[in-house]
Amino acid sequence: MKRIEAVNDFVVKFANINGSGSASANELFAKSFMRMGIPVSPRNIFPSNIQGLPTWYEVRVTEKGHLGRRGGVDLMVAMNPQTWNSDLEEIEPGGYLFYDNTRSIPASRFRDNINVIGMPLTEICNSTYTDARERQLFKNIIYVGALSAMMDIDPEAIAELIGEQYRGKEKLLKPNLNALQMGRNYAQEKLTGQLGLKARRADAVGDRIFIDGNSAAALGCVYGGATVCAWYPLTPSSSLAEAFQRYCSRLRVDKETGRNKFAIVQAEDELASIGMVVGAGWNGARAFTATSGPGISLMQEFIGLAYFAEVPATIIDVQRGGPSTGMPTRTQQSDVLCCAYASHGDTKHVLLFPEDPAECFEFAAAALDLADRLQTPVFVMSDLDIGMNQRLCRPLQWDDSRAHDRGKVMIREELEAGCEFGRYLDVDGDGITYRTYPGTHSTRGSYFTRGTTKDRYARYSEQGPDYIDNVQRLLKKFETAKSLVPRPVLTPSRRPARFGVIHYGSTGPAMHEALEALAEMNVHVNALRVRAFPFQDEIAEFVAAHSKVFVIEQNRDAQLKSLLVNEAGIGPANLISLLHYDGTPITARFITREISQIAAALNVRPIKKDKAA
Amino acid sequence: MTYLAKPRLHHPALPVNKLGYTRRDYEGKVSTLCAGCGHDSISAAIIQACWELDLEPHRLAKLSGIGCSSKTPDYFLGNSHGFNAVHGRMPSVATGANLANRDLVYLGVSGDGDSASIGIGQFAHVMRRGLNMTYIVENNGVYGLTKGQFSATADRGSKSKRGAVNADSPIDLVSLALQLGATFVARSFSGDKRQLVPLIKAALAHRGAALIDVISPCVAFNNHAGSTKSYDYVREHNTAVNRLDFWPSRDAITVNYGEGEAIDVLQHDGSVLRLCKTHAEYDPTERLAAMDLIARHQAKGELLTGLLYLDPGAEDLHQHLNTVAVPLNSLGTADLCPGSQILERINASLR
Repeated sequence: MKRIEAVNDFVVKFANINGSGSASANELFAKSFMRMGIPVSPRNIFPSNIQGLPTWYEVRVTEKGHLGRRGGVDLMVAMNPQTWNSDLEEIEPGGYLFYDNTRSIPASRFRDNINVIGMPLTEICNSTYTDARERQLFKNIIYVGALSAMMDIDPEAIAELIGEQYRGKEKLLKPNLNALQMGRNYAQEKLTGQLGLKARRADAVGDRIFIDGNSAAALGCVYGGATVCAWYPLTPSSSLAEAFQRYCSRLRVDKETGRNKFAIVQAEDELASIGMVVGAGWNGARAFTATSGPGISLMQEFIGLAYFAEVPATIIDVQRGGPSTGMPTRTQQSDVLCCAYASHGDTKHVLLFPEDPAECFEFAAAALDLADRLQTPVFVMSDLDIGMNQRLCRPLQWDDSRAHDRGKVMIREELEAGCEFGRYLDVDGDGITYRTYPGTHSTRGSYFTRGTTKDRYARYSEQGPDYIDNVQRLLKKFETAKSLVPRPVLTPSRRPARFGVIHYGSTGPAMHEALEALAEMNVHVNALRVRAFPFQDEIAEFVAAHSKVFVIEQNRDAQLKSLLVNEAGIGPANLISLLHYDGTPITARFITREISQIAAALNVRPIKKDKAA
Repeated sequence: MTYLAKPRLHHPALPVNKLGYTRRDYEGKVSTLCAGCGHDSISAAIIQACWELDLEPHRLAKLSGIGCSSKTPDYFLGNSHGFNAVHGRMPSVATGANLANRDLVYLGVSGDGDSASIGIGQFAHVMRRGLNMTYIVENNGVYGLTKGQFSATADRGSKSKRGAVNADSPIDLVSLALQLGATFVARSFSGDKRQLVPLIKAALAHRGAALIDVISPCVAFNNHAGSTKSYDYVREHNTAVNRLDFWPSRDAITVNYGEGEAIDVLQHDGSVLRLCKTHAEYDPTERLAAMDLIARHQAKGELLTGLLYLDPGAEDLHQHLNTVAVPLNSLGTADLCPGSQILERINASLR
């Protein structure tokens, strides 16, 4: 039978039971490739549960550096009897199944077009360990050892990683190394030549780092100067607030006094967490909350208040599958419209779309600046795929000459000198007005903040002209935001292209891989990665320059397309939506297939090899 | 009416406080509430208390939710920043504001609909967190701004102006606050300025969550026969446990209070509360005793007023969070940003 033979380019998927201690062993496996200079892109596929339900860890080994999900599995490590049948189905023809053959499994439960590798893991553990917990935990390390031997992974690389993991816990180090060696020995004796997937030392990782988007965004908040964080636990955003706590404990404690230069409150709900952010922002502290779709739903009223009363607020939305409780542990880009127009009444909000952890870091810090500069809520639209998975990305960078932009704040000396203060008075013509922090001056600069209509001097008003003056200025401010938010990134095709593609957020890695695959099929497209709302003019210009533009999204209702039509004056007839929304991360295979098929159908002339699609 | 400016002129002989301010300097815009509204009496008591405390008006931030009561911060302390937030959510805004700048004094004004109905969740959590703020509930048992619906503090059996009888159990915010860990709990009556002004002064000086539930009759919708929050009803059923006097710091005690049985309670900041007890057995530092006495009076249909509970050694949220002594909003880039060298070290640990 045909065997998949591959070096540094394959997908391994581990099927485990959650709570069984597999996560750290699987991560060890993934990282060992990186120590050999081979990029990997791992993904956790986990249930909304703590113990006993199926969980998967998918590792894409990719010397070419394709960090999106590929689709398909070359080697399934099937450790969960509950999901045996569906796990087997996922294996590519000619692929491999690695399983525990301590108990014999009838032949009918296998597939005949896959290669089966059995290893008596339970038997080995039971004969080596007496403690039930050890039997379970070391089973994971033993299979990692066996796989590493079969794949020619450098044993030094793994030993080094284990050493780092158990630094200072020497008692645990030795048994783990022993278990690893036990797995290696068995594979070297009994399983040689059975696996055609190999690792070969490369130099393709460079100086990149391996971090999840939530940790990176939390670091961005530390560097961006956030001092107040209010949050409510919600998958997949909780680890962001927890990472902020962790980094602050290391980086933000005053050395002399031992006291904290930050305040983190786990609120009673999302209504309170956004309320605290708004209160802190009003009072001149940089504040943020991290949440997901259900939290955004609850925050709507306060977001409207912050928009209308013009209070800075940074909201990091780590999107998951909606609506309602939806798919709490699966990824989507389905909060775009809900955030862009959050609240009743006419509102528009600034959105930033990070592509990877490095941009999560940059955009979180940028959002804090933008919120202060624009005096309005700013959303960082991350998602579960970026937020909760470790991803290779460029190192995080900070320019030490950069100062936090606190925006237009009138200070005591200016008030004392007689500067005119009108809280909603547009003196610079950019729609952004001056504010004062409470407590600034004994007789000047105080004002009353409210969600009701007011005039330019913050006085309550029910007059139509005052209302219109105010909301028109808010539109002007939104126009100003265009010049401040990150610009889109163009990836031009190497050949002239009739078609364009617009994508955003976590679709990036799969998109870039698809562009290469499409080019090989002689389908050439220019790609524009939108990084923010409001949309700059160059986005509409990009659409105008192509006969058709694909808009790729991870939601059912083509939310970004709606926003492009609504807000960038783009005709819907020019846009073709490609939508992937089953909760799994979008793949290059999906994008390539869809675009190539539609492009072929749209080309009136038969596609010739020398013609650009 | 708020566009009508009050005349700035005042009598040259008006008394001034230590800061040289007259009582007029603590006023705000002209109230737009109904004539005779209990809430206006509370605003007057706040003005009096702040003036007597020699508080700099701009060092106090006043926050509220939505409703008649929540409009009142516009009618006092015109040189303070104010925040009229969303319905029932003033506590969270106050929490964030307080975290941003611990040096200001925070005064929240809310109503019974705002705190006991829509906002009961945030009311509960701000009490249990020990936020350093004074939380005044202007409690009239009725929705005024939407014209006379019952609120969650309306007593069972009380009648609305249209004749409807309330069948639901009332929420007693004072009992709730005690159970949730508030460290200063008082109840008063808008028509009793002598009791209310010292209570507000003591609450403003208290470090921790200070609740004053002020029964404040609604002249438009809840001041009729059959209402249990009317002026007449409250005057008839009010039982005060103590009379209070307050000195901002220990040194200031020069007056010999004398009458009745009195005890001094020293607060964290050195301020002293002198309680003249009308109930001989009442000790306001006993949480359980307070809860018990309140419940007993409630059963008799009586409203227990005065300083009901005080924890003189209270801690506030900033202490729990171990924050630095300076306001967080005063920290700059150099204080907050760890810099590129540390980031490079973090990068190295992620390879």
